[in-house]
Amino acid sequence: MLHIEDLHATVADKPILNGVSLDVPAGEVHAIMGPNGSGKSTLAYVLAGRPGYEVSEGGATFNGRDLLAMEPHERAAAGLFLGFQYPVEIPGISYLQFLRESLNSQRRSRGEAELGGGEFIKLAKSQAALLGMDAEMLKRPVNVGFSGGEKKRAEMVQMGIMSPKFAVLDETDSGLDIDALKAVGAGINRIMRAPDKGVLLITHYQRLLDYVEPDKVHVLRSGRIERSGGPELALELEREGYAEAEA
Amino acid sequence: MNEVVKNRELKEKISQDYEWGFSTEIEQEFAPKGLNEDTVRFISSKKNEPEWMLDWRLKAYRAWLEMEEVSWAKLDIPAIDYQDAYYYAAPKAKPKLASLDELDPEIRRTYEKLGIPIEEQKVLAGVEGAAKVAVDAVFDSVSVATTFREELKKAGVIFLSISEAIREYPELVQKYLGSVVPQRDNYFACLNSAVFSDGTFVYVPEGVRCPMELSTYFRINAENTGQFERTLIVADKGAYVSYLEGCTAPMRDENQLHAAVVEIFAHEDAEVKYSTVQNWYPGDKEGRGGIFNFVTKRALCSGDRSKVSWTQIETGSAITWKYPSCILKGDGSVGEFYSVALTNNRQQADTGTKMIHIGANTRSTIVSKGISAGRSNNTYRGLVRVLPRAENVRNFTQCDSLLLGSECGAHTVPYIEVKNPTATIEHEATTSKISEDQLFYAMSRGLDQEAAVALIVNGFAREVLKQLPMEFAVEAQKLLGISLEGSVG
Repeated sequence: MLHIEDLHATVADKPILNGVSLDVPAGEVHAIMGPNGSGKSTLAYVLAGRPGYEVSEGGATFNGRDLLAMEPHERAAAGLFLGFQYPVEIPGISYLQFLRESLNSQRRSRGEAELGGGEFIKLAKSQAALLGMDAEMLKRPVNVGFSGGEKKRAEMVQMGIMSPKFAVLDETDSGLDIDALKAVGAGINRIMRAPDKGVLLITHYQRLLDYVEPDKVHVLRSGRIERSGGPELALELEREGYAEAEA
Repeated sequence: MNEVVKNRELKEKISQDYEWGFSTEIEQEFAPKGLNEDTVRFISSKKNEPEWMLDWRLKAYRAWLEMEEVSWAKLDIPAIDYQDAYYYAAPKAKPKLASLDELDPEIRRTYEKLGIPIEEQKVLAGVEGAAKVAVDAVFDSVSVATTFREELKKAGVIFLSISEAIREYPELVQKYLGSVVPQRDNYFACLNSAVFSDGTFVYVPEGVRCPMELSTYFRINAENTGQFERTLIVADKGAYVSYLEGCTAPMRDENQLHAAVVEIFAHEDAEVKYSTVQNWYPGDKEGRGGIFNFVTKRALCSGDRSKVSWTQIETGSAITWKYPSCILKGDGSVGEFYSVALTNNRQQADTGTKMIHIGANTRSTIVSKGISAGRSNNTYRGLVRVLPRAENVRNFTQCDSLLLGSECGAHTVPYIEVKNPTATIEHEATTSKISEDQLFYAMSRGLDQEAAVALIVNGFAREVLKQLPMEFAVEAQKLLGISLEGSVG
């Protein structure tokens, strides 16, 4: 489903990714772990098409299409979702307006009918409820005045509304208390665990993996996949730390 | 075909048709080029004005001769040759196109994006023979227009072109004309006083709440009033009226110089809400051919507890010079100014407000949102003045600037003069660039770049947009997006 081959990328002329190769077949959840500065967020941004993240070598395809040739909004329409580590505030625009415009823009480019106001609000409310979020919060401006945990929960509500084919989740677990962590984990399983979907779960810690069990775990270091393994690799890293695992 | 060529062709077409128009049908309907006392007399006689009106105009003209153009604004204004312009043309002097196919495709595309019905597009573009049809289209049928007028009449509201009002309600016009903006107020207001072509007169009698939003749009688009428009609104004791000016569709006009005057007079407990969407032709990407818009707008809150609220969305014109102001004379009177000024390409705007606190317990609120893109310059200039006898004045000013790109300018020039120690004055100002984080976040959710920019800009302007009447607000939102197309990336 997502195929990354020998991906090299630079940020402000500094090489960050130095040949990442990775295959996530449909129906699987892969976790990317690694120490700070190993290139985890850069990988997420490159996949989503953030300006300033230059690919110097290699490539990535998504369901056979050249992912890197697409604009960020085209990647979204193709079914790619990025859960942000630091969700961004957009003052003056309510979550409802933002998500409705975004979703309808995706639907238009896929040749699907747009959702009307009533239909959309029903969808948004049900997704918020499933993640234990008060639907009133969707009337507030995007991420403005939200706590760190609320922002992350809201990212998952967005994912529920968009119902993407593939999610890249960049440290979605950071800043969550235990209840929120459970809710987010359950959300990921509910929305993304399907034979035709896939997830790349970027995380620093093992704890989210207690709730979302990965099919594979990869360790990213210095911009390369250093090791790959099953879920037990995450436990080993948790026990021994990245430095030990390296040795 | 490049834009320059297109524009040149369009201009040639316009000037050809224009000449044809003058030489045949409407020969006596325009004053010769240039400005002198005869021009003023000609305008006055064309409008069958009474003697006092002619005298008033002539007095203004003579005063204007001794005045000088303003130079304090942060504007680069090319020299204007006042003798090389027409000061009176008959209503139908807009460039005539045989059909919409002859219209600049850029403008046509904008009409379509705004969702303007075909028949209205024809009126806006000045297509031959369009007016009658469009009136029917706008009002559905003539009877709707009649109903509209009847309803106002029943309420006792006078809503007429100012030319009609001068003839039909001379005492009212004579009493209030120039009472808020004196002839000699400034160079452009003085010029307007001498040569104003037409405009609107509104009188809402004591205790009457005007039953509908009054819009220039309803006043049948036949008159060509853009150049030197004159508006006078009087709200008697306890009256209320909401007035909408302008149109979101880009308006072409071959008169480059526009100098309008708007006066609002609010008696005791009266309230006037004045909303503007200004989208005159801004010129091409290099700034050629746009409208110079020098507007004087002022309200006198004469009576106690009166209130005037200005809301403006300024996206058009090559040069905008405009400071809708409130003189808060009545005790407890309230003045508000909500503004979005957007400049792109080579546009220049120097706009803001003046809040003059004369009465006790007067309050004012200023919210200004400047958006600059391209190589434009956008200045907020505002004065808050508290006079010695004005006790317990409150003012709150917020001015925010948003920059798109690195070649544009945003400037904030607040003047605060407080002569009474009991005043509470607050001023907040921010300047920010449109953030790449916001753009990427919105795009990653599925919005293309233009939609993402439009969304963020609309969020930035939200506080002002929500002051507009509903239908106007929806159009204004679209307009902000369209005006910024191609400005990022």
